[in-house]
Amino acid sequence: MLKFTSDQMSTLFSAISAMKTLYVPVEKGGEVTFGVWSETEKVRLDALKTVKSAKDLFFPQAETMMGFKMEGKNIEIQVPEEKMDEFVVFGVRACDAKSFEVLDNVFLAEPVDTYYALRRKSGIVICAACTRPEESCFCNVFGIDATAPAGDIVTWTVDGTLYWEAKTEKGEAFTAQLSEYLAEATAEEEAAVAAQNEAVKAIIAKLPYANLKVDGFTGDRMMEYFNSPKWAELYQACLGCGTCTFVCPTCQCYDIRDYDTGHGIQRYRCWDSCMYSEFTKMAGGQPRLTQLERFRQRFMHKLLYYPMNNNGLFSCVGCGRCVNKCPISMNIAKVIKALGDE
Amino acid sequence: MQVNESSKEFKPCIVAFCCNWCSYAGADLAGSNRLSYPADVKIIRVPCSCRVNPLFILRAFQRGADGVILCGCHPGDCHYTTGNYYARRRMTMLFSMLDYLGIEKERTRVEWVSAAEGAKFAATMNDFISTVQSLGENRKLRDLRCKE
Amino acid sequence: MQGIIEKVTELLDNGTVDRVLAWKAGEFSYDRTPAVFDKESGLYGLVYDSFCVNNLSKYLIEESKKDGKVLVLMKPCDSYGLNMLIKEHRVDREKIYVLGVPCKCKVSVDKIKATGLTGILDIVEEGNDIKVTTVYGDTTLDRKDVLCDKCMVCKDKVVVVYDEKIESDETAGIEKLDRMAEVEALEAMTPDERFNFWRSQLSKCIRCNACRNVCPICSCTKCVFDNDNTGISSKANVDSFEENMFHIVRAYHVAGRCTDCGECSRVCPQNIPLHLLNRKFIKEMNELYGTYQAGTDAEAKDPLTAFTKEDAEPSVIYNR
Repeated sequence: MLKFTSDQMSTLFSAISAMKTLYVPVEKGGEVTFGVWSETEKVRLDALKTVKSAKDLFFPQAETMMGFKMEGKNIEIQVPEEKMDEFVVFGVRACDAKSFEVLDNVFLAEPVDTYYALRRKSGIVICAACTRPEESCFCNVFGIDATAPAGDIVTWTVDGTLYWEAKTEKGEAFTAQLSEYLAEATAEEEAAVAAQNEAVKAIIAKLPYANLKVDGFTGDRMMEYFNSPKWAELYQACLGCGTCTFVCPTCQCYDIRDYDTGHGIQRYRCWDSCMYSEFTKMAGGQPRLTQLERFRQRFMHKLLYYPMNNNGLFSCVGCGRCVNKCPISMNIAKVIKALGDE
Repeated sequence: MQVNESSKEFKPCIVAFCCNWCSYAGADLAGSNRLSYPADVKIIRVPCSCRVNPLFILRAFQRGADGVILCGCHPGDCHYTTGNYYARRRMTMLFSMLDYLGIEKERTRVEWVSAAEGAKFAATMNDFISTVQSLGENRKLRDLRCKE
Repeated sequence: MQGIIEKVTELLDNGTVDRVLAWKAGEFSYDRTPAVFDKESGLYGLVYDSFCVNNLSKYLIEESKKDGKVLVLMKPCDSYGLNMLIKEHRVDREKIYVLGVPCKCKVSVDKIKATGLTGILDIVEEGNDIKVTTVYGDTTLDRKDVLCDKCMVCKDKVVVVYDEKIESDETAGIEKLDRMAEVEALEAMTPDERFNFWRSQLSKCIRCNACRNVCPICSCTKCVFDNDNTGISSKANVDSFEENMFHIVRAYHVAGRCTDCGECSRVCPQNIPLHLLNRKFIKEMNELYGTYQAGTDAEAKDPLTAFTKEDAEPSVIYNR
């Protein structure tokens, strides 16, 4: 384990941003989001959760896929460059780090999504272990250790000192570039990190959702859950807004649209939400006619369809953003509890 | 190398929504009387000033307008009796909101121009164009995708 | 609370109503979900306390389409929205039994968290004290400091449409803030300052549509932004223009009809002060067309569907 030798985080940030574009949690308009670091930005490393997850950096809410220009009978196709400068994202929590694995299974499976793949290849993920989990957190339910995130590099902050450990080849190489700012941590310091991690885990065990049970969500019981009468009660208050899906680190549905700019066509994709009445609407109409079916789709996907296709990996990471943000306080934890009671 | 001064001059794109019964006829009269106003004004004929939905104004800006003007019959003279009274309230509210969002209020205007007021139509357009010209290009309420 | 349960039980038992639309207690001591109860389900979980903040009037659009009569617990500020829905023929008043409930202002859990509290295990209200138990320790807060923003400018405590109401003398004991103070502060800025303020706020928008979907006045069956034939439908703000357009049009469409219930700002995941857009319209209309409060009754014409021959010209805006 290494440690950062200064107590000024800005020293580290300016060193990183001298090499690559650096994203950190910054406060913008009163809310915390991953933004490009600069001296003048208000860095908020104390914030447990950004409103939108770090997913946004790899799978942005809207991105241009290609353009078309028509001249007479010719159509010119403009494809964006398949090149990207490396970038670093600092301060990713364990839940968001795990969400990349969920997204990778979707976007990096054949046929590979080149837009996502390019960003994944170019991005270096530096995680920050949690120190102050809150009541909406339940990552432990999905086997995630909030104190041992899965990134290229993992950092822990104990008494104002930043400890650092590279976990991948990419992380090792990047750590080497920052060697002048890093020193070997002593055995006592490593023990202090371990002690803090144990304390954080003890806190997590006391949180209200720590004991959610998800073992019952197995493929063989899919139809049983699908036909559960509980959905009618659970969906009742749902407003059909997209808050839960847009703050979710693992939601990966998107829509592709053409925009007529007046001098050409821009084909872009943007996040879509299964909660919306227009979701997957086809020429034949809308496959999920009422909010009940749309609501059920979201949770069936997270708890059953996705794991059935991905060796049992749930596509919820227990970050609790939907718990905090849902306007009517309905969320996946309540769904797990209600369905699990059967 | 000599730079042609006039080619550097900013030529604003103006969209004018004109009601069919008064202002469009007013524009026609301005034309037949050979009164000049710049060709940068794109006239869109609408059945009545109250046909103009606030979205029309916003979309004109999105598509590259630097100024948008709505012309209708004088209050009291509406072909449909009361349409322009509604338009008056709606546009007052929309312009107030644009101003509140910090978008230059001088880029929007409402003028009442009757079918007999060809001269007023030309004068109004000339005045509006020079106002927008002094503001420069619309930057605050534009869609970058629509810029060539 | 006990009085409400008794009344609701009585009306269910004597067959006056078939269902009850109210709030249900959640997992935490502060999360409340709108829910429908009936005889079969019983009233288990029904709660009315300082965290029951959701405006229930919008749910009546769907509830009043169903068979039988639904009882709704109606807070004073939500009743304005119900009046608007009655006026616009969006609900069937005959199928609704309105039980007015008193309100001594709601407590905002976001404000409790903003004091730095996290890992909340329990919140207990005792008079003016809010006792918060967290995994990191216990604290007592003054109720007055953590009231919802919308309650700080509460219109009044009168339920404007009801079949029956339960009275209470309890008040929050706060001094109401001037509702238009924030709007006036923005008006006092230069256009560029205002532009920067709104850019910093509206650029946070993630287009989740929560503000639209929660609004009792936004009740179109097909929103212009969901309609592929309008040319403006989109599921994301691809350009800053779309951020502005969405919010101008949303606020404009409820102009003159917005009751200022404050739900749009409350539900915004990015905490964009959307009420400031609505209030600007309210202020402007009050000044130019006479004082008007949407939802006070179900009859009066709202300012944008009325006119006078002497109305101000739009030039009042650019002559300021």
